[in-house]
Amino acid sequence: MTGHDDHHHHDPDHSELSETELRVRALETILTEKGYVDPAALDAIIQAYETKIGPHNGAQVVAKAWSDPVFKRTLLDDATKAVSALGHVSRVGDHLVALENTPKQHNLVVCTLCSCYPWEMLGLPPVWYKAAPYRSRAVRDPRGVLADFGVSLPKETEIRVWDSTAETRFLVLPMRPKGTDGWSEQQLTELVTRDSMIGTGLPKKPGG
Amino acid sequence: MNGVHDMGGMDGFGKVEPELNEPMFHAEWEARVLAMVRAMGAAGAFNIDTSRFYREMLPPHVYLSSSYYRKWQLGLEDLLVDKGYITTGELVAGHAVEAAKPLKHGKFTLDDVERIMVRGKFGRVAPAPAKFRPGDHVRTKNIHPATHTRLPRYARGHVGVVERDHGCQVFPDSAATESGENPQWLYTIVFDGTELWGPDADPSIKISIDAFEPYLEPA
Repeated sequence: MTGHDDHHHHDPDHSELSETELRVRALETILTEKGYVDPAALDAIIQAYETKIGPHNGAQVVAKAWSDPVFKRTLLDDATKAVSALGHVSRVGDHLVALENTPKQHNLVVCTLCSCYPWEMLGLPPVWYKAAPYRSRAVRDPRGVLADFGVSLPKETEIRVWDSTAETRFLVLPMRPKGTDGWSEQQLTELVTRDSMIGTGLPKKPGG
Repeated sequence: MNGVHDMGGMDGFGKVEPELNEPMFHAEWEARVLAMVRAMGAAGAFNIDTSRFYREMLPPHVYLSSSYYRKWQLGLEDLLVDKGYITTGELVAGHAVEAAKPLKHGKFTLDDVERIMVRGKFGRVAPAPAKFRPGDHVRTKNIHPATHTRLPRYARGHVGVVERDHGCQVFPDSAATESGENPQWLYTIVFDGTELWGPDADPSIKISIDAFEPYLEPA
């Protein structure tokens, strides 16, 4: 351990942010000078995160599952296999599990220990997903957490909370909104929100 | 370890506050930290479990008062210093001073970027048959390892049902301390809300964890 209390004895004229910026810059300089990393490769990693992954990937998977019963079955049986077969969606690693919401069961995903999240399907997690309020309460008071998101579910609906304590990654398959009969996959994609695939939200309604 | 990172069930952190139109990064340095962690991990300086363990070892007041990527930065510094890739003197100087330590997979370059955008594989050949099958009742052990574990405190010593079998996977408790992959069977265990939180709990909730076989005993 390197004694983090030292980090906090900073000049009051400098914010922690600027101190952090300098420290991060120093670390990158050291890693580069020692030949551990090529800074251009770091740029490329950031660019890949900014462009290749995101909730649009998950939304395509959900819209396809809403449109294609065979695909939906495969997705629920083996999500890694189903998503990998799509090709045009982001390549996906092992251990992806899709969780189907029904009138009887609503699924909610959390990582109480850190921040495990299906990056390839949803992108990098939002700050609230990684922060203490969500991580502490989701497993004990999921209805209260849903209320923070403005979501209220019938009392009869069982709420199932999935704590991502291993390398399994969970993608919620929300219920298809009513009034979307005959919609194309592309149209349906527009209704799928990131939060609806975490379980903290519901898909948009047609025209909503 | 029984650290503040193990937050399930704790009180007092307030409401969840989603940020409208949240940017992917709130500052450029956050992106650099993310990229450095991914690159050094891929180059073989550490595995994902060790990097989690180092964030958990941050002093509790630092863990709780630091932003997410600040924790990543502090954990990365500690890890690279402890493993001999950098020194605290270098961090102070802002430049390399000592000779580099060879990386298991060599320098991280542009050619390596594509492969890290897909998650690694954690499934391993099973050294022994699975002890449990879906439908079995199991009790999570009342254990308090001093090092990294993925059995959260709120789920220790409770009876649940095996719901899914995820095969045999790298055991984080061993990998985090670089004691080998020690593959173990992994199961989804589902608990009633009242089993975990007592008779006053919302009866309409169920909670599951993914638990490795060494965390479990028959019930």
